[in-house]
Amino acid sequence: MKTGTVRQILLITDGCSNYGEDPQVVAAFAKEQGITVNVIGVMQNDIIDERARDEIEGIATQGGGISQIVYTEVLSQTVQMVTRQAMTQTLQGIVNQELKQILNKDITIEELPPEQRGEIMEVVDELNETVDLEVVILVDTSASMTKKLPTVKEALLDLSLSLSARAGNNQFSLLVFPGKKKHVEKLLDWSPRLDTIPDVFAKLIPGGMTPTGPALQEAIQYFHEKRSFFGLLKRSDDSYHEESV
Amino acid sequence: MKNPFEIATGTVVSGKWHKNSYRIIKRLGHGANGTVFLADSKGKKVALKMSREARIITSETNVLKSFAKAQGKRPLGPSLFDVDDWEHQGQVIPFYVMEYIEGDTLFHFLERRGRTWLPVLILQLLEDLAALHKMGWVFGDLKPENMIVTPPPHRIRCIDVGGATKISRAIKEYTEFFDRGYWGLGTRKAEPSYDLFAVAMVIINCYYPGRFQKKEGGLNQLNHMIRKHLELKKYAEILNKAITGKYQRATEMRHDVLLFIQNKAFLANKSSYNRYQTQKKIRSKKRKQIWSVLETIFILTVIGFLYFAYFLEKMM
Ligand SMILES: Nc1ncnc2c1ncn2[C@@H]1O[C@H](COP(=O)(O)OP(=O)(O)OP(=O)(O)O)[C@@H](O)[C@H]1O
Repeated sequence: MKTGTVRQILLITDGCSNYGEDPQVVAAFAKEQGITVNVIGVMQNDIIDERARDEIEGIATQGGGISQIVYTEVLSQTVQMVTRQAMTQTLQGIVNQELKQILNKDITIEELPPEQRGEIMEVVDELNETVDLEVVILVDTSASMTKKLPTVKEALLDLSLSLSARAGNNQFSLLVFPGKKKHVEKLLDWSPRLDTIPDVFAKLIPGGMTPTGPALQEAIQYFHEKRSFFGLLKRSDDSYHEESV
Repeated sequence: MKNPFEIATGTVVSGKWHKNSYRIIKRLGHGANGTVFLADSKGKKVALKMSREARIITSETNVLKSFAKAQGKRPLGPSLFDVDDWEHQGQVIPFYVMEYIEGDTLFHFLERRGRTWLPVLILQLLEDLAALHKMGWVFGDLKPENMIVTPPPHRIRCIDVGGATKISRAIKEYTEFFDRGYWGLGTRKAEPSYDLFAVAMVIINCYYPGRFQKKEGGLNQLNHMIRKHLELKKYAEILNKAITGKYQRATEMRHDVLLFIQNKAFLANKSSYNRYQTQKKIRSKKRKQIWSVLETIFILTVIGFLYFAYFLEKMM
């Protein structure tokens, strides 16, 4: 099996969107294009309101990803765990599809006897280690998030540390919303590490609106720009696309 | 955190594929990845782990299977007996069955028996880690909660192999306090030195049971905490080498721990021997003094007697 690319959007937020398209629709749209959307909800003084919770879970469900609502203190461990679990989930979906083709039967890994499951898991593990990963990180910087930004920064550095231990390539980019003039502002263009965020994060001016939907849309666009740019250099579109799991 | 499985005592769990049955005795514990039960298998006690995610069961059994290949006489993790699915109330619950490791967790054991046991347990752990590394695996998520000391002969064993990772891959699962990445002292690549860092942190944790938060992080904070505790300070050299990644292999660290124990015993012996020697010297000096006094008395008596005899003779 050839090694392709796993594409993810990682959304870090603490509340509800209040501007633009419904983020759940945009997330579903991302999934159709082979991009998984994971969401981390950061709790405000140990509480998160019902509507925010529903939205966070909804975006991840529609985006084929994972959601977790956490206290700020455990953000680091959660961010890296969610990213890795979502990768595994995507890769397992791919392997399931391949299985269907090979066995010519509608069957999933879980339906096989435990021994064969074990062998397939080894393949998934191997892919997890070697596959290329592209993540657009989307951070909500509305006023209520301001105090949490140092922890978010730390969690992102930690994510970079975890993923750089893999053999496969990583590409990250960092977008924040709301931006100064636009809904979304780019803080970091595609790069293999996240070490350069410290300075840029400090300059942020928190905004009042939460345009989660438009921000997600921009993030999707960002993958396309990358692809067309690299497309000029080498023709390859071997992204892992999970159709239905 | 996911809810634990609630399964009543006496429930029989039977496998769909291998047709083995297990009678649940009680729940042993539950974590992020699943629930572990004590169960009866044909009169033998076993540990049975269930998870809502087949992925967890599959990857943990894969690890236990490869561990088994290397585990000759001294297994570090539990042996694996069975993997199967249980069809229960319309659900399929994946589970595996492993050796039940009886005993106290490391902290309970040290509390009961004293920390004098720690170095020897660390020696055992390092020997088993050396074997594991030799087969191409790193344990990953080493922490005292996952370490059990068996009833006599006491031996340290590890449960929860969820973090075990093939060497040179990215560490699968870790706990921040024991993770060198968290302290800014290394990568999360699975290397023997990753485990050795964690062993050092286990030793530190034994002296700071409440652990401590990362402040400035890095070497300075850890060295400060080591030096602050009188008993822990004795391990400073070994801990420092492990924390800074100076040990490439478990055997190197084990060698130093061995020397540490021998030195401690030697120093202890030497000082008590010295005490014995000086006591002996003091005693013989005293004896000499007594002798010289007796000698003086004897000589005086003899002289006195002769003088007395001479005097008598003169009188007569
Ligand atoms: N082989 C065993 N023998 C005896 N007790 C065991 C065994 N395996 C697990 N246990 C008990 O069950 C508890 C939970 O098991 P384990 O740590 O494997 O679960 P987990 O879901 O991986 O937890 P964690 O969140 O710590 O990773 C342990 O703390 C221990 O008390």
